[in-house]
Amino acid sequence: MKENKKLMKGNEAIAEAAIRGGCRCYFGYPITPQSEIPEYMSARMPEVGGTFLQAESEIAAINMVYGAGGAGARAMTSSSSPGISLKQEGISYIACAEIPCLIVNMVRSGPGLGGIQPSQCDYFQACKGGGHGDYKLLVYGPSSVQEAVDIAYEAFEKAIEYRTPVMILGDGMLGQIMEPVALPEMKDPATFARLPWATDGTKTGKERRIINSLYITPDPLEAINHKLFKKYELMAERETRCEEYRCDDAEILLTAYGTVARIAKSAVDMLREKGVKVGLIRPITLFPFPSKVYEKHAERNEVKKFISVELSMGQMVEDVRLSVNGKKPVGFYGRCGGNVMTSEDIVEAVLQGEVK
Amino acid sequence: MAVFKKKPEMLTDVPFHYCPGCTHGIAHRLVAEVIDELNIKDHLVGIAPVGCAVFAYDYFNCDMQEAAHGRAPAVATGIKRSDPNNIVFAYQGDGDLASIGMAEIVHAAARSENITVIFINNAIYGMTGGQMAPTTMLGQKASTCQKGRTVAANGYPIHVSEMLSQLQGPAYIERCALTDVPHINKAKAAIKHAFRNQIDGKGFSLVELISTCPSNWKMSPLESIEYAKNEMMKIYPLGVYKDIDKEAE
Amino acid sequence: MEEKIVVAGFGGQGVLSLGQFVAYAAMYEGMEVSWLPSYGPEMRGGTSNCSVVVSDRPIGSPIIATPDTLIAMNKPSLDKFVSKVKKGGLIIVNSSLIKDKVERDDVKVLYINANEIALEAGNAKTANIVVLGAFIKMTGILKAEDVKNTIEKIFANKPKVIPMNKVAFDLGYNFVK
Repeated sequence: MKENKKLMKGNEAIAEAAIRGGCRCYFGYPITPQSEIPEYMSARMPEVGGTFLQAESEIAAINMVYGAGGAGARAMTSSSSPGISLKQEGISYIACAEIPCLIVNMVRSGPGLGGIQPSQCDYFQACKGGGHGDYKLLVYGPSSVQEAVDIAYEAFEKAIEYRTPVMILGDGMLGQIMEPVALPEMKDPATFARLPWATDGTKTGKERRIINSLYITPDPLEAINHKLFKKYELMAERETRCEEYRCDDAEILLTAYGTVARIAKSAVDMLREKGVKVGLIRPITLFPFPSKVYEKHAERNEVKKFISVELSMGQMVEDVRLSVNGKKPVGFYGRCGGNVMTSEDIVEAVLQGEVK
Repeated sequence: MAVFKKKPEMLTDVPFHYCPGCTHGIAHRLVAEVIDELNIKDHLVGIAPVGCAVFAYDYFNCDMQEAAHGRAPAVATGIKRSDPNNIVFAYQGDGDLASIGMAEIVHAAARSENITVIFINNAIYGMTGGQMAPTTMLGQKASTCQKGRTVAANGYPIHVSEMLSQLQGPAYIERCALTDVPHINKAKAAIKHAFRNQIDGKGFSLVELISTCPSNWKMSPLESIEYAKNEMMKIYPLGVYKDIDKEAE
Repeated sequence: MEEKIVVAGFGGQGVLSLGQFVAYAAMYEGMEVSWLPSYGPEMRGGTSNCSVVVSDRPIGSPIIATPDTLIAMNKPSLDKFVSKVKKGGLIIVNSSLIKDKVERDDVKVLYINANEIALEAGNAKTANIVVLGAFIKMTGILKAEDVKNTIEKIFANKPKVIPMNKVAFDLGYNFVK
């Protein structure tokens, strides 16, 4: 009996993992399909002496995260696509002011108000900046509740190490699914090191700290731009994560992230049973993108093509193409609008060569 | 040489960038003096707005955060909630607070967030060059209502203190003016009351300060003082709009 | 071993919790499980369904294209999923609400008047547990005892309802000859 495991909904498990990772400030606004996160937080935060606040808007929520994170607290917010769009202003400021925080996007189909069913249509927004200005987030695309828990638990360590916002890019499926999870130990916020840059209200005069994203003269701002991108290079070097599944002898390489990667993984097994040499590259970090894995396979003679499988009109496929760099064809198979392909759909598409 | 009055500790040595005759400098000084007198600098975080006071983080000699346009009350909420021991103040102008940031200020007030807000009302956008503000008065000229604000084109100005005082949340709302010594002294007392409320955990306090903008009003400093006295104070009457202490009496 | 189950019915028939019972019981027995609900407007009184995968190895797709078992608690659910069930699979039909017969001869079908049996157990709301019992007997994926232990765990803070649900489970289990 695996008594140590709990059956938990993705949304609730992420919330609990963030708390166990030291999060004591949650600011959010209801939107399907992530409302279980604020609901869970509203009940749980008081139990651990933390703050839950249902903000007046997503805009206010992200700015509360700015304030609390800037004051040194482990702060988070969560939303779904239209709400994340509203948060982009704040995320841009947070990225520039280098405030660590956790943002969860349980993506729903768009554009506009769109639908509420699973989608991966916010990949560009998450990985290419999202708001105004030159910046990136550390973006994870977990494919199971356990993986989401492990990422949420360590998210603040990464956020603080790099002084960067961390985003978990999920979807309604990840938020709603229940799976067994082993929850990590509760970290004790009393043991956390004070953050020397944080405006925790304790310093005046020469030692005082300023959280800011305004640089009115070009040279200091250019220096900030370079500083941020140096950080992103370091993240690429040290934080890039990717799973390769049955890739070693594969001739066709599927690639997918998040919940879609699970569907693709099953498709790989089904195709292998039919004797088709297929593998799956599953980026776990979406930024930094695991380009080197694609480069490596693109160099292999027996690889015939890559196929990006996504719940979008084709977004991650652009990063795949950049990584493969013309060495092999890169195709795309996607569903959108909230429709989710089955493993059987992928098998059929691969067998019939429908993928362009 | 005898020292009559020193610069408050809570102000840095950075010279203000404000225009001649602008009352931001007075407002900054009053806030700084009050913080010195209340001796709250050990647990203090300020929030600068977007607008002319955007560089307030250069002047207030404490931990400061610069907020996105209008979001100071949300940022203040985050700071305060993360550590309620901190005294948190937001300094905002009329465009910041009453236009783009209306939702944030209303909800911070409704939640009775235990923060102090200094609201500078000079009835115009300063930093961006004299555009119409939500508090621009009917007939008043601005670069986006060049013949004067009309009801037909622009609707009515917003009376922030009156409006917020209708909410159950706020502990204290007062409108003062920075036009002359008696008014300035009164403003300082109001600011002090607003900070003391926070120290005592009484909840949301806001002091609106009728201020000048000679550059964008296209007036001399003296003319602008007269304009604030004769025109603004007529539309924006001074006084205590809400005080839970008085209600309790 | 991998068993893919779709449970479908009206909101309020306990179809989501029926699926959860299977998932919990399988998890307690050390199996891999996933439980994926339909969500959104379906939650508001229309039909709802969940997909449960129980496996002895890590679960790939939690989405079920061809269920091994369909539990249809009402007519629209049967209509929606009947053609998707795997050849040789199982369809459990709540015959209290579905008068039609399944027009397929390549699947096993169990007709069970779950609502009436639930009344025997003492509460109409236990119809889902009746069906759970029948499902366990038909598939044998879990031991009856283990599922009843799960019922106890899940209702730990509502101990009053435990005996009734156990009775409902047994009635469903023994309904299958």
